[in-house]
Amino acid sequence: MFELFSFGENGWGDEILDGVAITAQLAIATLPIGLFIGFIVAFAAMSKNKPLRAIGYGYTTLMRGLPEILTLFVVYNGAGLLLNTIIKWWNVDAQPIDFSPFIAGVIALAMVFGAFSAEVLRGAFNALDEGQVEAGRAVGMSPNVIFWRIKLPQIWRFALPGLGNLWINMLKDTSLVSIIALNDLMRMTKVAVAFTKQPFTFYLVACLIYWLMSLLSEIILAKMEQNANRGIMRV
Amino acid sequence: MDSLEIIIKYWPKLLDGTLMTLKLTFLSVLVAAIISPFLALTRANASPMVQAPLRLYISFIRGTPILAQLFLIYYGSGQFRPILQEWGLWSFFRDPFNCALLTFVLNTTAYQTEILRGGIMGVNRGEIEAGKALGMNKLRILQRIVFPHAYRIAWPALGNEIILMMKASALASVVTIFDILGRTRQIFSRTFDFSIYLWAAILYLCITAIFVLIWRQAELRLNKHIAPSDHLSADKK
Repeated sequence: MFELFSFGENGWGDEILDGVAITAQLAIATLPIGLFIGFIVAFAAMSKNKPLRAIGYGYTTLMRGLPEILTLFVVYNGAGLLLNTIIKWWNVDAQPIDFSPFIAGVIALAMVFGAFSAEVLRGAFNALDEGQVEAGRAVGMSPNVIFWRIKLPQIWRFALPGLGNLWINMLKDTSLVSIIALNDLMRMTKVAVAFTKQPFTFYLVACLIYWLMSLLSEIILAKMEQNANRGIMRV
Repeated sequence: MDSLEIIIKYWPKLLDGTLMTLKLTFLSVLVAAIISPFLALTRANASPMVQAPLRLYISFIRGTPILAQLFLIYYGSGQFRPILQEWGLWSFFRDPFNCALLTFVLNTTAYQTEILRGGIMGVNRGEIEAGKALGMNKLRILQRIVFPHAYRIAWPALGNEIILMMKASALASVVTIFDILGRTRQIFSRTFDFSIYLWAAILYLCITAIFVLIWRQAELRLNKHIAPSDHLSADKK
């Protein structure tokens, strides 16, 4: 039993750990891009410009209504097709290239994360106390300084619980990229299963690893929330 | 063959897939809706010892990807084939539809239980005491006071969960079930026409939109006696 998960020639420990590394890289690469999309879409949805607002709302509605795996297929197949069309147009004799599943995974996951986080961020912006912004203006802060000193720290505090949930969802959604042939935890488990013929054991281990990552995230997020809420009186 | 010809040729397959998606979603949500009230009551009232296994189950389901859960049941059952055959359960686990349904039921039951528990905890204690004062027994209090109120509180969140379940049902296509996404991938592999994915997206969006309308109508009916400015009409997200 332990030999199965040992490191080296006979065990699958190192392969599975490689998969965990890919899963973690995928999630960590997605987070900043997803947050960036989230901010852009949230700003668009709150803008005074009507078409821009429609785009912001349209984007969140669309992305939240589609299954994540469909988004992934659309990005993987669609972006691949698009890329090759452009290359063909550039140079007729060029060989078609394969679109990297890692990049497709990051783009698709970031698009989904962006849509959901835009809603969380919009809620956080709405929860801001207008009086504090006015106070900032009264002491002569520029709009830029008000954003960085007053708005952002509070948005962080309001949005953190929601963003934390989204992070855990996204971490779990990374398992979908195994379907488009990226060697993440899920995929490495599948490879191990094909060799050992012990599907339950290995998928259970994969589940336990994901579970561990989720629980670890929850603990860290709770600490971050505590930190963000320091100086706030509990009612 | 252009995109229009493809959709004209293949729309019966997509319709077939749509029915499969609806069937999977409806059945899993229905079974979970029957089980979850009991589990939610346990989660809200039972002693910590009784709750411990339930909490573990819910934490496991919420902490692991639904795809991993599906593989654990669908492929994992193969490891116990001799035992399952002995118990006459192998024919159940051999069928991908059953495995997908079982996974989705286990998954959405955990989420629905937590949502409903929140609803039960939100019921005003005074109302329960009023029921006791009127001489209602425990069952009657649950039936007349606790659950009607708990469902009103939980309704929007339950709707969100059903939409999430409908979206997650697309994963069934990975274990060879021909739902919307399964049919779409099949058609794409034959035609290499990308537009079929857009049709699939439209189908999923339509299902969500129609469901949201129905769910909101049902919410209005549930809350008929309460003013529309009540807390229930506030944003739930």
